[in-house]
Amino acid sequence: MDWGFIIERSFSAMIGPEVVVYALAAVGLNVHFGYTGLMNFGQVGFMAAGAYGVGVSVYWLGWNFWVGIIFAFVYAGVLALLLGLPTLRLRADYLSLVTIAASETIRLLARSRVMQPITGGVEGVNQFAGPFYDLSPFELGQFYSFGPFKYLGRDVWVLMVGWTLLILITLMVRQLMRSPWGRTLRAIREDEDAARALGKNSYFYKMQSLMLGGMIGAVAGVIQVIQKSSVQADTFNPVITFTIWTILIIGGPGRVWSPIIGSSIYWTLIVFIENTLRQLPPDVRSTLEDTVQLSDLNIAMLRFILVGLGLMLLARFRPQGIFGSREEMALDRR
Amino acid sequence: MLRRRGFGRWLFTGFVCATIFAVSPTAQAQSSDDLGVFGQLQYTDATGAKVFIEGVELSIDDVGGATTDKDGNFRIPVSSPGEYSITLNTATLPEGVTLKDPLRTNLVVTVSENADQRIIFPLITADTVIEVSESSFSVRRVSQLTLEGLKLGLYLAMASIGLSLIFGTTGLVNFAHAELITWGTLMAYFFNIYGLVGTFGFFAGWPAPFGAGVNFIVATGLAVVMGGVLGYVLNRVVFRPARKSGVSLLAQMVMTIGMAIFLRYVFVYFFGSRYRVYKDYGSQRANSFLGMELTSRDAAAMVVSIIILIAVGIGLSRTRTGRAMRAVSDNRDLAESSGINVERVIAQVWIFGGALAALSGTFFGFDTVKWDIGARILLLVFAAVTLGGLGTSYGALVGALMVGIAINWSTLVIDTELKNMTALVMLILALLLRPQGILGQKQRIG
Repeated sequence: MDWGFIIERSFSAMIGPEVVVYALAAVGLNVHFGYTGLMNFGQVGFMAAGAYGVGVSVYWLGWNFWVGIIFAFVYAGVLALLLGLPTLRLRADYLSLVTIAASETIRLLARSRVMQPITGGVEGVNQFAGPFYDLSPFELGQFYSFGPFKYLGRDVWVLMVGWTLLILITLMVRQLMRSPWGRTLRAIREDEDAARALGKNSYFYKMQSLMLGGMIGAVAGVIQVIQKSSVQADTFNPVITFTIWTILIIGGPGRVWSPIIGSSIYWTLIVFIENTLRQLPPDVRSTLEDTVQLSDLNIAMLRFILVGLGLMLLARFRPQGIFGSREEMALDRR
Repeated sequence: MLRRRGFGRWLFTGFVCATIFAVSPTAQAQSSDDLGVFGQLQYTDATGAKVFIEGVELSIDDVGGATTDKDGNFRIPVSSPGEYSITLNTATLPEGVTLKDPLRTNLVVTVSENADQRIIFPLITADTVIEVSESSFSVRRVSQLTLEGLKLGLYLAMASIGLSLIFGTTGLVNFAHAELITWGTLMAYFFNIYGLVGTFGFFAGWPAPFGAGVNFIVATGLAVVMGGVLGYVLNRVVFRPARKSGVSLLAQMVMTIGMAIFLRYVFVYFFGSRYRVYKDYGSQRANSFLGMELTSRDAAAMVVSIIILIAVGIGLSRTRTGRAMRAVSDNRDLAESSGINVERVIAQVWIFGGALAALSGTFFGFDTVKWDIGARILLLVFAAVTLGGLGTSYGALVGALMVGIAINWSTLVIDTELKNMTALVMLILALLLRPQGILGQKQRIG
């Protein structure tokens, strides 16, 4: 087994592009769930909205790439508004039903034949992120090493921009949650009736929270498709939403840095486990393949089995997350 | 007492694990070089009968080609996932048969990881009258769609009742309900093809259902039992302890999601992502009556569904257990204080809901058996229970029939591919106009 390779991969995964994308999506979910107590089970829908917002405006409308990015945020905000209107007055579980249904519908719509002229159908949209990479100070195809971390030049550029955005947005969320507005959100999370009795329009605040978190989710979607240089409907699978939930609960909902910590832990673990399994000595591998069918493809499936198991165990035994405190625990209230 | 319980739990867990592993022999046949593009060439002759075409050549550049066999089937193996362009050699088509769209002699497909890709070349004969009614509101078409809708609605109703009752008795929206449906499909497939020998090796050589696959009807019965078992196990091992230690409802909801993802990917792990079909009643000619077409298989499944649903209705209103279920659904505290053993009723609801979901799963699997068959219709199930009223036992039935019919009617105006979107629209409309559902009682739900 090549431990050097496994460790190099795991280190690179610790701060890699996936960490940025999932952490950003988790920051959005943290605004929804951690601070406001909204059960959004369709965060991937907002990522898709961001991704297609850029992809479609460049591919179909022929707009400038940067205008497309602005359009993506507006689009995600409008989506949040549409989803919030019927559900935010109702009990918490209705939002979860509608968001999970909507996120899946967005995916099916985007990959449908009818929408092919607009969204590119199953093939999706490719090669639209040129203007972003034109600004790169790094050689796109060359490897760069920083201590234990090693990335392609294009990824270094994505990482630089991504981490800057992630930290800026996280700091923005921190300031917002310390403001009177943020305290109102938390009051609604703790006891909506009490907040209403104090004259706060909770519907209005929940709507703002849903829109803000949705737009942060769209940033995640935009960075993901820029990094991949393609928008593919099937990457916005509902299981992504629950990976984000797992990440948020690992870090602890309602805490400022938990999305970043959770995402980093999650990806390091997953990459370490997958690479270790792939690198097992051939005789061990073939034994495992015969007894528990550990084929290459099933190693990839194992990730989602672990996500499901992890989410179940975390919600059951440690809903405040590994580092979270019970004080800030929205899952414990109702 | 405690020890006995603990043992029972492990016994059941073991049984479920064993059954999951049992699906394994099927997946072993699969390897990465098993990818391909497949399809069946057929056309409908003037009498309305399907004719399969033999000897047509199809090819993929740089990969290879195939010729259709006597059933019109072809399969071209490919080495890796990716995009392929398949060309049909029109010169090899029989006299008088042409492509519906003569210009599309080659189609592009994307083969995804580890799944065969089906491809369809629509063919017509010169003497076929292209049915204009396909896209218009003819009476025949509307009645056919209504029948299809009724069929979907009946299956959905069985899938939804459990979800609604579990919500009613525990307040929990069970996102893993779709996996109970898939479980039914997979179990029916498993018993139909392999029998118990897959689970317990020592049955090899015994007569069916021990040593070999059984007839689909018996397999359905066994699948329903397994559905009840899984429902019981999920409640007993996961959700009852959670309730007892005071895990909040929202946390339990997240647990059901975790459970759903876990089960879904355990299914694909052992079952594989290939599409399969049951051994029996696979392809049948549709019988037509009153201008509507229905295979005898579907007709039988619909009759069974109606009988089961009527029995469920009678059971809920007449039997002691059914009344207890409704009482707990209506008001848990009141039911408990009038001497109903609430935990027992909850266990019964899980068993009952799991069994019904499994039965619907076996019917949903008629066309193809897939590892995510339940997840694909989860949206419809949610729409059905919300429309009817979350927690109401009869509401799920009403909602399911409405959703089933509305979805099929919607194909009159929108593309078939997008028909499930109708369910989302109905879900949102229901929440806007009548959030408590059609049969739900108005109460503060804000």
